Amino acid sequence: MAEEKQDVELFSAGHRACGGCGPALAARLLLKATGKNVIVVASTGCMEVFSTPYPETAWEVPWIHSLFENAAAVASGIEASLKKQGRSEKIVCICGDGATFDIGVLCISGAFERGHDITYICYDNEAYMNTGIQRSGATPYGASTTTSPTGTCAPGGNPLPKKDMPAILAAHGAPYVATASIAYPNDFVKKVERAINTPGPCYIQVHTPCCTGWGFESRDTIAISKLAINTGLWVNYEIVNGVVEKAKKVRRVPVEEYLEKQKRFRHLFRPARQDAEIAKIQAIADANAEKFGIDIKLRKPAE
Amino acid sequence: MMEIMEGSHAVAEIVKRCRPQVVSAYPITPQTHIVEDLAQMVASCELDAEYITVESEFSALSACLGASAAGSRVYSATTSQGLILMAEVCFNAAGMRLPIVMTIANRSLGAPLSIWNDQQDTIALRDSGWLQFYAEDNQEIADLHMIAYKVCEDHDILLPAFVCFDGFILTHTYEPVDLPSQEEVDAYLPAFTPYHRLDAAKPLSMGMYATPDYYMEFRYEIDRAMYRARDAFIKAGREFGEQFGRDYSGLVEGYRLDDADVALIAMGSICGTVKDAVDEMRDAGKKVGLLKIRTYRPFPGPEIVEALKGVSTVAVLDKNISLGNGGAVGTEVKSALYGTGISVYDYIIALGGRDVRKRDIAAVVDLAEKGEGDMFYGLRTEVL
Amino acid sequence: MALGVGCAAPPGKARDNKTGSWRVFRPVFDPETCNRCGMCALVCPEGCVHENEEGMFEPDLDYCKGCGLCEEVCPKKSIRMEKEEK
Repeated sequence: MAEEKQDVELFSAGHRACGGCGPALAARLLLKATGKNVIVVASTGCMEVFSTPYPETAWEVPWIHSLFENAAAVASGIEASLKKQGRSEKIVCICGDGATFDIGVLCISGAFERGHDITYICYDNEAYMNTGIQRSGATPYGASTTTSPTGTCAPGGNPLPKKDMPAILAAHGAPYVATASIAYPNDFVKKVERAINTPGPCYIQVHTPCCTGWGFESRDTIAISKLAINTGLWVNYEIVNGVVEKAKKVRRVPVEEYLEKQKRFRHLFRPARQDAEIAKIQAIADANAEKFGIDIKLRKPAE
Repeated sequence: MMEIMEGSHAVAEIVKRCRPQVVSAYPITPQTHIVEDLAQMVASCELDAEYITVESEFSALSACLGASAAGSRVYSATTSQGLILMAEVCFNAAGMRLPIVMTIANRSLGAPLSIWNDQQDTIALRDSGWLQFYAEDNQEIADLHMIAYKVCEDHDILLPAFVCFDGFILTHTYEPVDLPSQEEVDAYLPAFTPYHRLDAAKPLSMGMYATPDYYMEFRYEIDRAMYRARDAFIKAGREFGEQFGRDYSGLVEGYRLDDADVALIAMGSICGTVKDAVDEMRDAGKKVGLLKIRTYRPFPGPEIVEALKGVSTVAVLDKNISLGNGGAVGTEVKSALYGTGISVYDYIIALGGRDVRKRDIAAVVDLAEKGEGDMFYGLRTEVL
Repeated sequence: MALGVGCAAPPGKARDNKTGSWRVFRPVFDPETCNRCGMCALVCPEGCVHENEEGMFEPDLDYCKGCGLCEEVCPKKSIRMEKEEK
């Protein structure tokens, strides 16, 4: 495994992420996968802020941040430049869900349509965390954020479904699209390795729970991300040349087991349990399970 | 060799000879002929560059920013709405000290939508940290590109530049232009040596954020570089003159100013009209001259004071309007001349492509002599 | 110029920021029960759990923020979080 080969930490300690930060772990794992021969392009966001207050950068590889929404375009220019110079560094964008699903879509769409040899990784913590937990296009249905709060007129929290960004990028003709989770670090590392070694624009969306934004104890980051998978609310899969492959199969548990552990879904249980809302979220998980075929079927007893 | 060619074509030809390695641009009137020509040059193997056909101006400049950070000489061109869409990247590129050169085919800003010329677009970005050079004719716009690369890439400067010429008035006009050969350009403009670059062999974090402990110092450094660019431009302009016989060592350029009572101040192609008008007024016995501003950023305040010694009245022709406070050039000229006793009047003129004739220039001089100014010139009477 | 041009800096300085001072709970590793699977080192967001010369894992308390992820993922329950004595 890559992490056994790579004993040098390329994402250095001393960064200012919260204890138990999912995105910080993703950054570490990302560099374990890429090694040193990489140029990282960051968007504005939590990871950028916790890792690069001047002059204390945590990145021991070349790294650039320009703006919130232009990482894919900056990466396009870097790729063109390296091509002209005959250089071999891999180019990896690492951007939050706000930068990816919302404000950066124009630049991402352009870069993927043009077919640059870049890997774009979205660390998905399902809201604008750096600015204080506002709703993004990646925020799941029913989550309470500071801009999709609950109230008498909005008892359910975020009324909109999560945008299907992997499908959008697969539709651009991306040769490799994958979802991953920090719950399965080796799987994420392998997917990054595959993406950077696949010519053309590749996309990975890695689920990175945010203890501060979602409202759970820092020790539970991995457990929460595992529950997302075990409920079917997050599915790890790959789309290779447009075809869905290798969706991770699970013995599903009810979504409540995931929801009740997070403050962002607390309104579904207190002061009164909202069965109808929970059922809608269960239906989302059921639909995911159906679409990706992730349910491990028990063998039917012989009749 | 002198050739008759379109302004846009002259720009494309000289940019080709400056050897950018990455070109990224988005089509917008009246800039399109430049980038079409460059795309053809790449397609025909005349220009060894990556040409990135982006989906917006915002990505065009972002791609240039990335390529510049990775160590390439880069080029883009835009105007008007496209430049304003780039605005966020513009401030960013200057702050990151990336020596990007971009041609601006100056055009008005909407609303109302107008594709015609004024200088509102670049003036709106005067505080972005980009050097701003304005050309009077197609020879000057070609020459200024070589100077721009030289100044921007100087390791004491490291700032991007807008190289500006008036949309349609110059971009689509055929004039005789003396284009230097590739060898001559190579002799003037050395290959790009980045100050630092994204490189796995020497990791560096670029574009970090600054806390209040550092932010002001970074802004101070940009401002200092802008001031150093004054001398760098003069030096590069003088060297250009020595090699090519056309001297650009002045941030400003006077025309028949020596014994003038009234001085007009202007930027860009309007200076040609003004010179003709000055000649006619001189013939009629009026002591009038022109001070052309070539570098709006850095602003040539001391040069303006020096050039206008002995002048009693100044009329500034502003092809822009800082709504609520008059023209930007006029405001800054007044600031530069503060305490000299010279009367300065500002005229908002030629917005959105309104034509300016010699008699309009004469009329402005008459107004200035009467002490009437700080006004829009030539408005339709129904709004008055 | 004294500052990195364009707000750029080489790596290394982040380590000046000793985030261990944030810690409320400290991880205590029990080498007797550890099976050396390395999950603690793999999931640490600080990257501050290292294998020592004896092949055992230990946290760098200069940087450990005490999040407790290592305790949670340890399959042998060899790590326990103890309140820091101030």
